[in-house]
Amino acid sequence: MPNIKIEDLARIQEQVRHTTLLREGAGRAKITVHMGTCGISAGARKVMDALLKVFEERDIKDIILTTSGCAGLCSREPMATVEIAGQAPVKYVDLTDTKIREIFERHVMGGKVVTEYALAYGSERTH
Amino acid sequence: MKPYRINLMVCAGTGCVANHSFEIKKALEDEVKKRGLENEVQVVATGCNGFCAEGPLMVVQPEGIFYHQVTIKDIPHLVEEHFLKGRPVQKLMYVPPDAKAPIPKMSDISFFNRQMLIALRNRGLIDPEKIDEAIGRGAYSALAKVLTAMTPPEVVSLIKASGLRGRGGGGFPTGIKWETCRKAHGEPKYIICNADEGDPGAFMDRSIIEGDPHSVLEGMLIGAYAIGSHHGYIYIRQEYPLARERLTIAVQQAREYGLLGDNIFGTGFQFDIKVARGAGAFVCGESTALMASIEGRVGEPRAKYIHTVEHGLWNLPTCLNNVETWATVPEIILKGAEWFTSIGTGDVSKNPWGGSKGTKVFSLTGKVKNTGLVEVPMGITLREIIYDIGGGIPKGKQFKSVQTGGPSGGFLPASLLDLQVDYEQLTEAGSMMGSGGMVVMDEDNCMVDMAKYFLAFTQDESCGKCTPCREGTMRMLETLERITQGKGREEDIQLLEDLSQFVMDASLCALGGSAPNPVLTSLRYFREEYITHIRDKKCPAHVCRELNVYTIDPGLCVTKGHGCGVCRRQCPENAITGEKNVAHVVSQELCKKCGVCYDVCKFDAVKVA
Repeated sequence: MPNIKIEDLARIQEQVRHTTLLREGAGRAKITVHMGTCGISAGARKVMDALLKVFEERDIKDIILTTSGCAGLCSREPMATVEIAGQAPVKYVDLTDTKIREIFERHVMGGKVVTEYALAYGSERTH
Repeated sequence: MKPYRINLMVCAGTGCVANHSFEIKKALEDEVKKRGLENEVQVVATGCNGFCAEGPLMVVQPEGIFYHQVTIKDIPHLVEEHFLKGRPVQKLMYVPPDAKAPIPKMSDISFFNRQMLIALRNRGLIDPEKIDEAIGRGAYSALAKVLTAMTPPEVVSLIKASGLRGRGGGGFPTGIKWETCRKAHGEPKYIICNADEGDPGAFMDRSIIEGDPHSVLEGMLIGAYAIGSHHGYIYIRQEYPLARERLTIAVQQAREYGLLGDNIFGTGFQFDIKVARGAGAFVCGESTALMASIEGRVGEPRAKYIHTVEHGLWNLPTCLNNVETWATVPEIILKGAEWFTSIGTGDVSKNPWGGSKGTKVFSLTGKVKNTGLVEVPMGITLREIIYDIGGGIPKGKQFKSVQTGGPSGGFLPASLLDLQVDYEQLTEAGSMMGSGGMVVMDEDNCMVDMAKYFLAFTQDESCGKCTPCREGTMRMLETLERITQGKGREEDIQLLEDLSQFVMDASLCALGGSAPNPVLTSLRYFREEYITHIRDKKCPAHVCRELNVYTIDPGLCVTKGHGCGVCRRQCPENAITGEKNVAHVVSQELCKKCGVCYDVCKFDAVKVA
């Protein structure tokens, strides 16, 4: 390894920022994929995989991606909750990998709730 | 670097390692792999998290869920429930004393949320064996700042303005030390990090090194630039194997990146660090004894009128600070003196001794519910540390005293619980900041016995070079032993006070200079306990065995126990007589005061007075 320069500090910081930022629990948004038994059997894993892929492609560092249990409405699984910091969480239902990608683009990145897939503004605030 | 959905921060400080955290990490990794989550979940070994009483610990990020007392057999369930299905496992969550529902988030646990982290800023957040993770959290950016944008005198002024004082015990203003060393004549100059933490029950420095070694290296680099030094030593005790290993790795990685060595960051600045091992003598934590030890001589202190900043290691100008001080420096550089002086007590703008700024790390131990490592702003009260962070005294017992500052710190009574923790107020009360040990005692502790205990430690660790410390502490210990054995004399209190004063005045170094503190403060705040020991030959806490008298309540013995005879059979001296349904009696002539009868009686019929 050659001697690093001051510019390299920023480069290394950038590289490890994914991990460290998420560890600090900081994030401008949080996406929760509901992965109870019902969610998993309805295809929540595909939704999660799609999100993980988007995160990798887009080099996302400031959004928390997490799982939680059954959201209680098993018939509408797979479900996900999107929470933009400072806004009420939104629950999305009957998801597929394409729908979650669309939600990611329009809601998480674009800031507009995708009303056609949304169930409700949730009140079960966790973040 | 791939983003992971979940980071499992497994504490790998010495406390948790002793509770098998390395095995737990391995089991987690295996289970995560088995469940096919290895691309989503990363297991990271971190430094000490601080809440050692609850180890082994694990924090799940980004959710911040805190698991305690994790065992290997919990792992499959945990991985399936939480990481696969997203249902945090209630039974592994921490339940605070006096609460019913578990608190899952770290930020909701009062042990953590009352703390303010500066020296421990990266604890539990980085893998201490990976320099990239430290850099990711900002390590070495303060160094970049001083090397490119500040002159050495500017660095010294900034540290002076911050009011930072030595965290190793003395509380000497760091900026003044740097300035004097910078101006001292002689080349080369040396930088030393004192990592010879020897106080029983204290582990602040060990945890900083185990959790974030680069913070110490960076602080030393900044200090080296400020005073014009190219050679550094870290003096670390052999008894800290994990800290030493992580330090060695950190030095190695910093060298590979060119952060130690020649031409650092291409600026022409040059500095390298050697790690020197200490053999564990308490006195080697004293600066001049430490330097003698590095030179290969016997670790003995010398008189203080020759200052080490002018004539230190190899008789050359040497700037020595302790681990916590060095680790604090980079944050001050980045955030400024104004930020640092906004935390703490007093005013340091005119007099560097005029206040205590920033935070201090304490190891909270003894009779307190949440033992562990805490970093708190200066000026916090003892009550906040012991009750809000520490959770109070276990088993509903009464608080009696707290000792601050290690084995030679003083005992403070309940009436001083609202004392603000800073250098001056602690010293005024007869104790000291020291390196940050904090031992809580409850009603079951005998203060004469505690004074004897700590004096026995300092007496044993006295190097023997100067007579006042060598002989004085010995005579004091004999006097205390006499008192606890019921052979105390009326004049012993005066004798102890005279000897204490003499040892403090005439000893060469701070070991003797502070060793009498426990005796003096226990005499100051708990004098009546001494008097009871000497006049009445009684120990109110029933700790001093020779003073105890064991008797059996005949009523209870017969009505409740029906003369069961357990005490009679267990007594090694055959001092108890009696038979079934007849009250038993202890013969005071034969009794050797072992207390077995008291321990074995199920009917509370054995009384101790």
